[in-house]
Amino acid sequence: MSEASNIEMQNPASSKKMLLAMVSIGVISAFLIVMSFELTLPRVQRLKAEALEKAIFEVLPGTVRTEAFGVNADGNLFEIAEGDKPETVIYVGYDKNEKLVGYAVEGAGQGYADIIRVLYGYDPKEQKLIGFQVLESKETPGLGDKIGKDEEFLNNFKALDVSVSEDGKLLNKVITVKHGEKQNSWEIDGITGATISSRAIGNIIGTSTEEVVPILYEQSKNEPTVNN
Amino acid sequence: MLKKTLDISSSPHIYKGRSTNEIMKNVVWALLPVVFFSVYSFGLNALLVIATATFASVLTEHVLCRLSKKETTIGDYSAVITGLLLGLTLPPSFPLWMAFIGGIIGIALGKYIFGGLGYNVFNPALVARAVLQAAFPVAITTWHPAFLTDRFSSIASSVFTLPFMEPKFDVISGATPLSAFKFDGVTTSTAELAFGQVSGSAGETCAVIIILGGIYLIARNMMNWRIPAAVLLSAFVLSGILYSINSELYPSPWFMLFSGGLMLGAVFMATDMVSSPITPIGLWIYGGIIGILTIVIRVWGGLSEGVMYSILLANAISPHIDSIIKNRVYGTKRKIKTA
Amino acid sequence: MSDDKQKVTSTDEFIKGLWRDNPVFVQVLGMCPTLAVSNTAENALAMGLATAFVLLMSNILVSLLRNFVPKQVRIASYILIIATFVTVTDYAIQAISVELHKSLGAFISLIVVNCLILSRAEAFASKNTIGKSILDALGMGLGFTLALFCLGAVREILGNGSIFNMPIFSEGFQSWIVMILPAGGFFTLALWLLIINALQTRKAKS
Repeated sequence: MSEASNIEMQNPASSKKMLLAMVSIGVISAFLIVMSFELTLPRVQRLKAEALEKAIFEVLPGTVRTEAFGVNADGNLFEIAEGDKPETVIYVGYDKNEKLVGYAVEGAGQGYADIIRVLYGYDPKEQKLIGFQVLESKETPGLGDKIGKDEEFLNNFKALDVSVSEDGKLLNKVITVKHGEKQNSWEIDGITGATISSRAIGNIIGTSTEEVVPILYEQSKNEPTVNN
Repeated sequence: MLKKTLDISSSPHIYKGRSTNEIMKNVVWALLPVVFFSVYSFGLNALLVIATATFASVLTEHVLCRLSKKETTIGDYSAVITGLLLGLTLPPSFPLWMAFIGGIIGIALGKYIFGGLGYNVFNPALVARAVLQAAFPVAITTWHPAFLTDRFSSIASSVFTLPFMEPKFDVISGATPLSAFKFDGVTTSTAELAFGQVSGSAGETCAVIIILGGIYLIARNMMNWRIPAAVLLSAFVLSGILYSINSELYPSPWFMLFSGGLMLGAVFMATDMVSSPITPIGLWIYGGIIGILTIVIRVWGGLSEGVMYSILLANAISPHIDSIIKNRVYGTKRKIKTA
Repeated sequence: MSDDKQKVTSTDEFIKGLWRDNPVFVQVLGMCPTLAVSNTAENALAMGLATAFVLLMSNILVSLLRNFVPKQVRIASYILIIATFVTVTDYAIQAISVELHKSLGAFISLIVVNCLILSRAEAFASKNTIGKSILDALGMGLGFTLALFCLGAVREILGNGSIFNMPIFSEGFQSWIVMILPAGGFFTLALWLLIINALQTRKAKS
């Protein structure tokens, strides 16, 4: 048990032996990796889908079923086929009576540290944003990451005005204002000490809603499948 | 009667008649008007914060000397300066327990860990402030308005926050001229800046008094005039160029010069003898780096103020500046190839 | 300390990694994950255990194959073995919790270049029997986990006022943000090294 057996001081091993060793280790490795990948894949996919679904249910309260759509260049929704990766993904949420609850939209933009990815819920009947969640951010812990935790800040998104005008444009672009200076229903009350991060959220939502909300508003009126 | 014996002593034979002690004492003299103005404009809050930071620094120096069984070095005034400078760079309504921790960090981490006075790589007061900025970013960027009417009779509630508790700031905080510009595009007039009519760190607001303190030290030959000159000149030139390109987007060079901590940093912190280069050209390069970095951070960075980080960065490279431009030793080869 | 030619018991192989040759506090190996993902106790523990698992499995395999792999390609084959188990760990963590996988991020894959694992493979497993290699890997792995946990706990307590996400201070605790930033990792590591060095000098003196 106690004697140590050293690597034999071989003469330069023949290249055949080296090749054999490397190849066999490679085969073992490949086998192990493929096996663990196959074993974990279903669970990983389920967890990821669950996480996304949970986020959607949170920003669209009352939703029990969702469908994912992409937006094409001329502003129509299309169903996402297998392997498609559209730039903007829209999740349509339905309640238990198969009535439309609203749309969950993913937005992204530059924050203080890195790209921030958010999900927000849009209610076309009220013409308001009704929910908001940060999906991914690397903002400074304890400071910039308040954008996902601060109750007061999150309350901004319970009823944020994104009304569409007659000519199909957003009436007022969403914007972040200084903490305590919110006056209009389309303004986001910022966070003291996290000015840049809270402004980044304003920019992300402002740009994204300006682009997507008029389309969604039209969709909710026109498309029969969505409206019933 | 003539002295019979001849004293034989080893070099140096010429004494300048000036000790560390004396220079440090004069720096304290030059800083006192800044402290007085700070107390005058921010009241008791500033007094308490500056006193706490100074007390903590001196106490830490004393304790550490005792722990390492050396004679205490608090008599050379360097710990007092570190504490005063730290206090002057903090917001006036800063919680005292944080200021106290700052004083400890400045001496222990900024100076003593390198071996004490003369060995520190960075300016100890700025090390302390950098750590405080990273640890308590909200408290250190909540500014107290200047010239409140009750400033000599009442104390902001945040000052007496219990240790390790989060401070509650009572007044809606006053923005500094720099943050007002950065986030709202509002500029402040140069006259207001020069005479300290604005909000900011306890000791950075009145440029005129800081300049006078600097002139006093330069006149007594206790400070190298090249450093502040280089810092201010490079900051002025760079912001002047930007201003002439687009005066809508960039503030005037005078605003850049008199706002924030640039003046205090250029006169009292960049000039720290230990952490700055020694050759004259080196000093110009060193000052130039500080000035340029400050403007770069202010204009393009995420922070509204960049003096602290630029001085710390310049501190870090100052030995390299010297080694790059030092004179060739007579008799050695022009180029020594290093393996 | 006299290791030379003394009879090394199997408990010794295990204990040495925990304290006397602790990979972080004494050998100062594997600093990249130590500093980067020790910002909370949970992350630190997960990272430590993941590393310990990779260390254990690679030590076993390296020890098994020690007479089969020619000397010239040994480093390449160690890296291959380590990389395999890192990938397996990566999938496993993802399957346990997507959240945890997100917060550990790229540092799971970076276990490959953790010099602790390669050094154990080269210095120990390639020269010793499987039984000893397992003990060595367990000791070193748990020592690494312990060190990471020490860092993570301090950083989470000061930086967030909590331990394993449970708040331990009364309402209104001021968190030291610097502690959860990378700089806090350096401060905490320096502090622990200071304490442990002081302890060991005192022990050596007496």
